[in-house]
Amino acid sequence: MPSVMIRKETETGNLTLYIAKKDLEETVTSIEFDSEDRWGGQFDLADGSSYYIDPLDAPPKLPITLRAKRA
Amino acid sequence: MTIDKSATDALIEEVLDVYPAKAKKDRTKHLASNDTEATKSCVTSNRKSLPGVMTARGCAYAGSKGVVWGPIKDMIHVSHGPVGCGQYSRAGRRNYYTGTTGVNAFGTMNFTSDFQERDIVFGGDKKLASIVDEIETLFPLAQGISIQSECPVGLIGDDIEAVAKTKGKEIGKTIVPVRCEGFRGVSQSLGHHIANDTVRDYVLEGAADKEQKREVGPYDVAIIGDYNIGGDAWSSRILLEQIGLNVVSQWSGDGTLPELENTPSVKLNLIHCYRSMNYISRHMEEKYGIPWMEYNLFGPTKCEESLRKIAAFFDETIQAKAEEVIAEYKKQWEPIVEKYKPRLQGKKVMLYVGGLRPRHVIGAYEDLGMEIVGTGYEFAHNDDYVKTATEVKDATLIYDDVTGFELEKFAEVIKPDLIGAGVKEKYIFQKMGIPFRQMHSWDYSGPYHGFDGFAIFARDMDMTLNNPCWDKLTAPWKKTEDEALAETA
Ligand code: SF4
Repeated sequence: MPSVMIRKETETGNLTLYIAKKDLEETVTSIEFDSEDRWGGQFDLADGSSYYIDPLDAPPKLPITLRAKRA
Repeated sequence: MTIDKSATDALIEEVLDVYPAKAKKDRTKHLASNDTEATKSCVTSNRKSLPGVMTARGCAYAGSKGVVWGPIKDMIHVSHGPVGCGQYSRAGRRNYYTGTTGVNAFGTMNFTSDFQERDIVFGGDKKLASIVDEIETLFPLAQGISIQSECPVGLIGDDIEAVAKTKGKEIGKTIVPVRCEGFRGVSQSLGHHIANDTVRDYVLEGAADKEQKREVGPYDVAIIGDYNIGGDAWSSRILLEQIGLNVVSQWSGDGTLPELENTPSVKLNLIHCYRSMNYISRHMEEKYGIPWMEYNLFGPTKCEESLRKIAAFFDETIQAKAEEVIAEYKKQWEPIVEKYKPRLQGKKVMLYVGGLRPRHVIGAYEDLGMEIVGTGYEFAHNDDYVKTATEVKDATLIYDDVTGFELEKFAEVIKPDLIGAGVKEKYIFQKMGIPFRQMHSWDYSGPYHGFDGFAIFARDMDMTLNNPCWDKLTAPWKKTEDEALAETA
């Protein structure tokens, strides 16, 4: 379960996912739940990999560090 | 010469052909022709170098001691382990600073625990403790100490954290144990990361208990990831101050420990070298809510762009001042472009450097009418290549952790008018008769940042490229017997 940081890029507005352990930063291409009452689930990345983050009850304030599983 | 994708791909194929199949397969992933439309990195990066090839990379210790920690001038950075790692890299990066060396600043000095056989056998912790005492006696004005582990320290399992803790309490100063042994990771990049993490854990955390003495203003910013090479941070800082910002700290060129401690109260972190200091900026954003912004002060186009971008973050007074500053400097740089552009127009440049320069300096060359025909990083990650894709033309050759052989071959075919890389490449290309600038520490020149730096940059490129010496050179191994004889006669 690596820690990942989700961030909204100031310039592009894209979400990025950063895996500290692998020192890898990738653009998020899709996120499973992205609504007012549910946020998280599967994150698909530009390099083709995806991660799973237990959904939260509301969109968090970004950036935020969370636990993720490889999906 | 216009570059097209098939030619670039053919070149890569041709150069890699001499490798054994497995090595070829591995190296293919690190070389590509640029695609400006790509959303993901066009090459594989941040992987272990291939055994047997010549790489220009450094180690984690180099990333921590040499890059991130080393320039903090009021601390003593002990290269913990055998003497060589520190001695052979001493003062090589030319991180300028003010202060009296040996009294209140220590940048160019080399401190080492000079491990001997007995330290390896019995452990070096006692020695480390006595070194701290010695430092306290000899250099009482040092504000803190960092312990930069070299390979053996990790191998013998010394507990430098414990020593740092007890001795730190004893002398009442910050002592930072850094686990940056050279064998960690694939390049100096992990050293940057480790160093950032120790700044977070030992400096920022520690400072949280200290009383905040600084008066906080609305225009406080920090310069992050500028190592003041040849005075770079100074020629950047001056611009930021002229547009009305208050530079609270410089990370880490000409920086001090109190400056680092003050950073969590700034309004904006300005990042020059993203690769080596994004970690701490991310941390400060998450923990203290400080936004950060990348900027680029190479060449007037990028300077103007960056100053406007930075000013846009603040109010109208700053924005108005930024315009004034930009207009004022225009008078300074236009004659420079006028003078040098005709001499440099259309010249082709190949780059191979570290953290940010393979993409950041492109603007400065383009301002002089020059063209980048190949670029690559020693230790970049995928995001660096994504950012590079939009800076260079389609089908430009991109190389990651390029080997000595590949770079030479590429240069032979591409025939650049100028190569900008490190000292390990310098003499080879010079002997080949190709104009060369050492772009890590500006070949004993600089600063290159800001409008002031651009004047020096332009002069240096002209001086190197249009030097009459190049066509008088024949590489020693290409000399005919007669020439060699004539020389000795
Ligand atoms: S790899 Fe190890 S021994 Fe070599 S310079 Fe780095 S720390 Fe020193």
